[in-house]
Amino acid sequence: MAESNRKALEKITGAEYPYGFVTDVESETIPRGLNEDVVRLISSKKSEPEWLLQWRLKAYRHWLTMKEPRWANLRYPEIDYQGAFYYSAPKKKEGLKSLDEIDPEIRRTYEKLGIPLAEQGRLAGVAVDAVFDSVSVATTYKEKLAEAGVIFCSFSEAVQKHPDLVRKWLGSVVPYTDNFYATLNSAVFSDGSFCYIPKGVRCPMELSTYFRINAMETGQFERTLIVAEEGSYVSYLEGCSAPMRDKNQLHAAVVELVALDHATIKYSTVQNWYPGDKDGKGGIFNFVTKRGRCKGVHSRITWTQVETGSAITWKYPSCILQGDHSTGEFYSVAVANHWQQADTGTKMIHIGKNTRSTIISKGISAGHGQNTYRGGVMMLASAENARNYSQCDSLLLGDQCGAHTFPYLDVQNPTAQVEHEASTSKIGEDQLFYCRQRGLSTEDAVNMIVNGFCKRVFKELPMEFAVESQKLLGVSLEGSVG
Amino acid sequence: MMARSHSPGTEGPKGAQVMLEIRNLHANAGDKAVLRGVHLSVKEGEVHAIMGPNGSGKSTLAHVLAGRDGFTVTKGEVLYRGKDLLALSPEERAREGIFLAFQYPVEIPGVGNTYFLKNALNAIRKHRGQPELDAVEFLALVREKARMVKIDDTLLNRPVNEGFSGGEKKRNEILQMAVLQPALAVLDETDSGLDIDALRVVADGINDLRGPDRAMIVVTHYQRLLNYVIPDRVT
Repeated sequence: MAESNRKALEKITGAEYPYGFVTDVESETIPRGLNEDVVRLISSKKSEPEWLLQWRLKAYRHWLTMKEPRWANLRYPEIDYQGAFYYSAPKKKEGLKSLDEIDPEIRRTYEKLGIPLAEQGRLAGVAVDAVFDSVSVATTYKEKLAEAGVIFCSFSEAVQKHPDLVRKWLGSVVPYTDNFYATLNSAVFSDGSFCYIPKGVRCPMELSTYFRINAMETGQFERTLIVAEEGSYVSYLEGCSAPMRDKNQLHAAVVELVALDHATIKYSTVQNWYPGDKDGKGGIFNFVTKRGRCKGVHSRITWTQVETGSAITWKYPSCILQGDHSTGEFYSVAVANHWQQADTGTKMIHIGKNTRSTIISKGISAGHGQNTYRGGVMMLASAENARNYSQCDSLLLGDQCGAHTFPYLDVQNPTAQVEHEASTSKIGEDQLFYCRQRGLSTEDAVNMIVNGFCKRVFKELPMEFAVESQKLLGVSLEGSVG
Repeated sequence: MMARSHSPGTEGPKGAQVMLEIRNLHANAGDKAVLRGVHLSVKEGEVHAIMGPNGSGKSTLAHVLAGRDGFTVTKGEVLYRGKDLLALSPEERAREGIFLAFQYPVEIPGVGNTYFLKNALNAIRKHRGQPELDAVEFLALVREKARMVKIDDTLLNRPVNEGFSGGEKKRNEILQMAVLQPALAVLDETDSGLDIDALRVVADGINDLRGPDRAMIVVTHYQRLLNYVIPDRVT
């Protein structure tokens, strides 16, 4: 890349990760390391029923027999699972009852992050469940949702108040034996969100969970479960951030979605975990299992993700298209800047007849970033007339970064149709010069070109998040070396 | 390219200032010398045609004036309204009023034509200390200009040049020029690949923009555009 563009790209620099501050709050943390006692301790802290403890223990014992997967296109040092803390909760001030009584320090943290815990302000009309380290600290709009029959609360609360629902669906999409990280999560998960939309209900507002890791050397293992009954609709947003620390921190979440007949779940993620500094030091290791089951006929699950953070991203939000005529969609923008590495994509498993899936993946690599798309499309023998369309585009900024695409296709039904398109382009000298010749600065030109590249995905996000994402993308690419 | 402006037999508009002065310009592409001593003087209000066969350096001159990377000026100078043009970045030159109509207009997927042009115009207006236009004001302006160059409204909403035909791309360049109202427009082979109707539209667009404060350099290797756009000088 020519010198003046290189300089200009370098100049889009400076801005540090803006969410890297630490909240000074007294925490209750259990001893370092992982063993059966730790699993029991977490369960007892949450006053869980015996069946859940047993489920955790089964998961833990199974985990001991498993090996960390190394097939991803990722390089990172050995993770010391005994060196981390598995539970950290801000100490409760006595007698907190309403949202107004949240520890002011924590409230300020969310305000700084732009996530108001009051039921007004910028995200008015979006119900928020705020998870701080291992516990949920607040859920807004609960009453209003309850009127519609929607249950939206922390996972811990759901275990206490709706044990039958949790027991029925927990592990029904991602069993505790699923994979190394999901199994670890099943043993030690601390909190997360639970959401249940009853039959025929269109959830009256966007639901949102905001995850914040604060404590040092603490893993975050949240678990989200969303069940959409027949004919219901819900749109769910997830955001996250963490302080800047020079040690890597582990995040291994599990998200399970279940859509019954004619139900629709839209799940959007704006992932902005601390990516590490520009020399690759620190940052979150993000090993996440997200899967939805389109269990009913004509059900639909849409995953939309904007992945800009984390040092390591290992994540494949997938759909099991079980019900006939069900639809799975995956829209993704993944950014790997500086020394970030992302191995992300999806799996669409077509079981039912006339099932449809769409995959649109946009990978952006800058600096020394490595971005891998890994996607599987499986058409089982039963998937009569199933169809898939995949499009994977990669954009390179500079000449030190990389883009990789690994599509896996497995078609066992002759009536099934699978289409795959892929492209890799470098942000063009021609495009930059054209924009600059019209009076735009290089920064504006890069932003415009990158946002244009991602437009198809941003269109799928709810309005506020689309705007956020555009800005976030601008910030994330700051410091990208041309 | 070796070029020397014809000695001024027919003067341009009376009392007009020199807008662009190129003196003994040498430029390399890589280590190949492409421009070898170009002299050119363009006054306000003039339309100046530069003709010559392929590979003679016409397009290089256009790109060097616009500030494209990849060319090294080894000798000579370019004064634009008395300022050292070569010291400015491409965007500064654009904001100072230099417009290049590209021979091969570039596609920018996902970026709306109108959005792009509005941002460009506002960058230029900001530089001039003028208030930026809001969406409504801009839309009125761009619709009016689009009618002038016979560009369909649907093209305004499509991504910049993406999937445009050759003729549509060239007309889009003229539309951008009409909206941005440059002081010095350099048209690089704008007539190539056009059928007769498109050529007429492009020529009308250029003629509409002629004015006492504006100068144009028309780079071409055909005579035919010059049948419609009568230059003040030919080099």
